Amino acid sequence: MADIATSALPSRPATPPRDRVLQALLLLAVLLTALKPVLPDMLIRLPEAWIPPFAAWLDAFFEAIKGDPATGRFGLMMITRWFAEGPLDFLLGVAANLLEGKYRWPFVSDPIPWSAIAVAGAVLGYYLGGWKIALLAGGTFVWTATMGQWEITMQTLSVLAVAAPMGFAIGLVVGIAAWKWKAVDTAIRPVLAVMQTLPFYTYLLPAVIFFKVGPTAGAIATTIYATPPMILMTALGLKKVSPEIVEAGKMSGCTRWQMLTKVYIPSARTEILVGVNQVIMLSLAMVVLTAFIGMPGLGGKLLAMMNSFKLGRSIEIGITIVLVAIMLDQMSKAWVHKLPEHFEKGTPWHVRHKYLLIGITGFVAFFVLAQFVEYFNEVGRRQSLSMGREIDSVIKDFLALDVVQAVTGTIRYVLNVWVLVPFRDALLWIPTPAFILFVMAFAYALGGKRPAIYAAVFFTLVALSGWWDRSIITLYSVLSAVFISTLIGLPLGIFAARSEKWANRILIVCDTAQTFPSFIYLLPAIMLFGITDTTVVLSIVIFTTVPLTRYTIEGLRAVPAEMTEAADMSGCTRWQKLTSVQFPLAMPTLAVGFNQAIMFAFFMVIIAAFIGTQDLGQELQRTLAGTDLGKNFVLGINVSLMALTFDLAIMSWANRRRKALGLG
Amino acid sequence: MTPGRSYDEICADGYIAGVKDVTVDVARGEMLVIMGLSGSGKSTLVRCLSRLHDITGGVIEVEGQDIMALSEKDLIELRRSKMGMVFQSFGLLPHRTVLENVAFPLEMRGQDKHARRARAMEVIELVGLGGREEYFPRELSGGQQQRVGIARSLAIEPDIWFLDEPFSALDPLIRREMQDEFLRLQGMLGKTIVFITHDFDEALRLADRIARMKNGVIEQCDTPDRIVLDPQTEYVRKFTEDIDKARVVLAGTLSTPVNGHAVEGAPVSSHETIQKIARQLVNDTRDHLPVADDSGKVIGVLERQKALDVLLGGA
Repeated sequence: MADIATSALPSRPATPPRDRVLQALLLLAVLLTALKPVLPDMLIRLPEAWIPPFAAWLDAFFEAIKGDPATGRFGLMMITRWFAEGPLDFLLGVAANLLEGKYRWPFVSDPIPWSAIAVAGAVLGYYLGGWKIALLAGGTFVWTATMGQWEITMQTLSVLAVAAPMGFAIGLVVGIAAWKWKAVDTAIRPVLAVMQTLPFYTYLLPAVIFFKVGPTAGAIATTIYATPPMILMTALGLKKVSPEIVEAGKMSGCTRWQMLTKVYIPSARTEILVGVNQVIMLSLAMVVLTAFIGMPGLGGKLLAMMNSFKLGRSIEIGITIVLVAIMLDQMSKAWVHKLPEHFEKGTPWHVRHKYLLIGITGFVAFFVLAQFVEYFNEVGRRQSLSMGREIDSVIKDFLALDVVQAVTGTIRYVLNVWVLVPFRDALLWIPTPAFILFVMAFAYALGGKRPAIYAAVFFTLVALSGWWDRSIITLYSVLSAVFISTLIGLPLGIFAARSEKWANRILIVCDTAQTFPSFIYLLPAIMLFGITDTTVVLSIVIFTTVPLTRYTIEGLRAVPAEMTEAADMSGCTRWQKLTSVQFPLAMPTLAVGFNQAIMFAFFMVIIAAFIGTQDLGQELQRTLAGTDLGKNFVLGINVSLMALTFDLAIMSWANRRRKALGLG
Repeated sequence: MTPGRSYDEICADGYIAGVKDVTVDVARGEMLVIMGLSGSGKSTLVRCLSRLHDITGGVIEVEGQDIMALSEKDLIELRRSKMGMVFQSFGLLPHRTVLENVAFPLEMRGQDKHARRARAMEVIELVGLGGREEYFPRELSGGQQQRVGIARSLAIEPDIWFLDEPFSALDPLIRREMQDEFLRLQGMLGKTIVFITHDFDEALRLADRIARMKNGVIEQCDTPDRIVLDPQTEYVRKFTEDIDKARVVLAGTLSTPVNGHAVEGAPVSSHETIQKIARQLVNDTRDHLPVADDSGKVIGVLERQKALDVLLGGA
């Protein structure tokens, strides 16, 4: 801090060039906007004729690498189709037969009775994390079966059981490569950045085309979607292995292979398992979303129920998805924290492996029992405890109440007429070049030159793609949703951060909510506001409030006690302490939360497209029905480019700020 | 960095030397203690000797073999058969039990399970950890963890033993205890040792010879009492100033050949420190005391006044 003060003060010029660039950018943007009535058309929107046929070029590119099975021209598709129809189909078949009873090739056995899986799950839960997780795992399976959702749940889980391990394996190998060779690391970073912002529809279509419609495409899209964090966590974990452990390994005479398998990977266990947790959670989120390419399962059922406005059943399926998500998350997290325990010398084998034995015994016992008592094998339609219809009528009665109608109606009206529509129209009114300049100014103010250049390039590409208006509508939904969720999340976070107790409670809620597949967030919005434009924004609001609240709490809680104590001793009021000590120090963390909220919003706005929007998501969804790969990519990349612009600007600000504050 | 460039060329490239112009010979069975402050290059030096770092110039020989010339395979072989190393923060593998950690170097060289178990148990007993072999590192105290580190480094019966500040991360009391333990082990095993420390007292307690390092250069390399009595550079002198010399200097070092002095009465042992014989020095009335070696043969005389000067810090 000291040397920042001494070196920056004397050399600071009267007007820093930074501010002047910013002023120039803003001035130009405002000027262009103000002059709109007299501007030539070509400066308001790019003329159609100037738009390069990106989609056609991409189509040609894909056509070239695809090959053609009909004529026998060799290409990528031969390999992918072979993989899809061979090994992948085999694995999916085995999983499907065991879990849901598909009776597909390769037939192994009848499906495993639900009760046997529930017992095995509970024992595994107990082994990993004690009674709570045992109850969670067992309870989830019992709920699923007794609610009559066993089959759809197993359809989802059977794809997950193949896709998640594939994501793990690929992530591990690529992660190791990125850690080992700098060139690989440099090469994949931008790819990963784009992949993490690419809308999921853009994963789905190529998966369908290259890997055949059906579970194979679903599994591939899921794997691709879930792999990036595994790569990053693996590389991070390997980098963090303490140098002394590495040296100890070398001095023990390890070969390179021994170093990797016996020293590096076991020592990076925690990070790798955190990666596994993320792979599982992202896989679940994606498997649910494969509903959009017609995959059966929890997501498919939920989509169908929501489409026909059967809210009771939707809620039940929603609860199942949430339970499965919490179960998978808690179990994999418990695995991260599970440390090996030692047994005294001479402990007999059956004591060392008691959980394995109990698990197998329970599994076999219920397997046998299920052969005689059909209920433990499969819960019939009549026996299920589903109360979908009853809940449905309760909800419909509730929604029909005058008070509820009045409240939701008012919210909808105010939001639409006073906020959303004017904001959208204003954004659409701004001439394209002015808009790009505004974005540049924003990026420049936050991140400086580099992010500003990226912003200019990225948004120019968006303009050139020919989808400007739809992109702006997408952006408008994102921005307004994030704005509204800031109004909710920030005060909530500030309130929660004031006491340890509330901070922990709300953090647990946020952590849990973050494990839910994004699809779930549509449910409450649709319930309250029906299928309207407001619903889209509100579902994003619900989704993005979670990270905002979380990072607000974490940022404020992370302010060192010494500093708040110093503020107290300086006689700060609560408000002064908040505004002049806690907030400035929490800002970098808050910015990360803000950034995550924007990324989440870009993700959600695309999902919300099925409600009926006029944005990129809508067009993207339409491409799923055909084979329009080029257009699909152009649309997807547009979303990605806009998201990356914000990501680069905000993160570079947060990092710089963190360094300036000496927060490392 | 390209090897084979001269020191000046490397400096011109904007690098600074971690270790330069260091020439030391370590005899078989000798304990060389390298000491210096952090950043003095002592850890770098020991990592060069074990070839954990490659050197850019110079030669490092083990039994006449230039280890820089070894292929990766031969280097691994050398480490598997001749070298052991102990680390400041222990460097234990967190996912392995004490037994598995100690057996790790044996496992790496492909010894079968029973043989390595037996050998690992042997060293675990040796360092006094018997009964803890199924524990994981995190279940042990710092001192116990370092015992595991020591046991691991001894598992392959190395000839050369590198210890990089092995006791620096421990509490003073435990450190003392571990030093005693270490001296006991060395008394039994008689390894060739390069021991790194920043603690002068530790160096004085343990060393056959001490190499004092500063900025990558060895300022002085000598026996402990000679370092104390006869510091060669200003830097070394500053360090030895506050040291109680009587605790370090041996009667034998101060003694001069008999050469006609009248030597009579009970001799003092040449291996005793001046401090040990302080009471005798003060009470004695003779000007010259005979000094005898282990066998009781008189090998020199000790001028009482000179010894008292060392003891009382005069002149």
